[in-house]
Amino acid sequence: MFRAAVRLSVSGARSLTRPQLGLTAPLAQRCYAHGGKLESDEEFDARWVTYFNKADIDAWELRKGMNTLIGYDLVPEPKILEAALRACRRLNDLASAIRILEAVKDKSGPHKKIYPYLIQELRPTLDELGISTPEELGMD
Amino acid sequence: MFYSATLILVQSASSITCFLRLFTCTSLVSLGLNSHPPPPCLYPSPSLTRLSWSTLRTTMLHLTTGRVGCLLSKQAVVALTSSGARMSSHGHHEVSDSVDMSQPMYWDRLDTPLPDRPWKDVLDSTDKSLKQKEKGPWTALSKEEKIALYRLKFNHTYPEMKRPSHEWKTVIGGMFIFFGITGLVVFWQGHYVYPPQPHTFGEEWQAKQIQRMLDMRINPIEGFSAQWDYKNKQWK
Repeated sequence: MFRAAVRLSVSGARSLTRPQLGLTAPLAQRCYAHGGKLESDEEFDARWVTYFNKADIDAWELRKGMNTLIGYDLVPEPKILEAALRACRRLNDLASAIRILEAVKDKSGPHKKIYPYLIQELRPTLDELGISTPEELGMD
Repeated sequence: MFYSATLILVQSASSITCFLRLFTCTSLVSLGLNSHPPPPCLYPSPSLTRLSWSTLRTTMLHLTTGRVGCLLSKQAVVALTSSGARMSSHGHHEVSDSVDMSQPMYWDRLDTPLPDRPWKDVLDSTDKSLKQKEKGPWTALSKEEKIALYRLKFNHTYPEMKRPSHEWKTVIGGMFIFFGITGLVVFWQGHYVYPPQPHTFGEEWQAKQIQRMLDMRINPIEGFSAQWDYKNKQWK
């Protein structure tokens, strides 16, 4: 439920002590552009995880997906990022994997606690795939 | 006179930023860096921070999306950055000076983490062997190799994209220079252009004028004459 709490457009001075924040922000946040039902956070996450989990995803789809996801006003959940990183692995693209980590760090903006949380959640995947974080590579 | 001065200063200041950028950009262009006319800037607002040109890595040209105010300077900058400004090899780019805009382009943007093409297209043999190694487990790659793979694909890292530029100093400095020039113009104007002051501004005349106003009891209740103490012949 990170996303609901971290509406970046209303960030203000909200401090993130732990990921399990008292989420006062509204839950569903996908807008009904054509009068449909609001998509819940879980559905949104599931949709994106499915997108990146496509077995024969190609490079264009990865780029398009990532650029679109970064365009949203939210920081993606760790499970979406994990699927994206695995997609990078299938495409033999380490550089993009590191770039994705940089991008979500930038996406969190002034909320400094989000990125360490994401890395913590992604640590098993990072170790398994051998992806180094930008900090480990000295690129920050 | 002060009103006209402030007016001139405000007018000059309001057009300074755009003009200064245009001025600096076109002056750089005119230094012979681009002999072809700049291509039209078709893309809405690419981040043009990818100057890998060491000699003219002027911070003035770090135009990010939010700061481009002048279309002409944008075009000039596109021309500059595209015209042979890259030192890394770009095989599918032209030998001529202009960018082929029908091909996918690379740009560093914070909101577009994965651009349309990698930074380095033409890979020499070491790069190719590194790319082969990338197909295996990434745990086998050393730190330097990982960094090299990143640099093959991307030009600037995110912190490099976000580095502050020194452009503001140029802009503020230019503004003050223009203020100064305008001030000189205004001063010259006041000395050489304005006619002599009317005789009614003189000390003696003003004193007589005030006395007459008091005698006429101008605004005796709340205004002018109300401030004058007629008994003691002085201002209250």
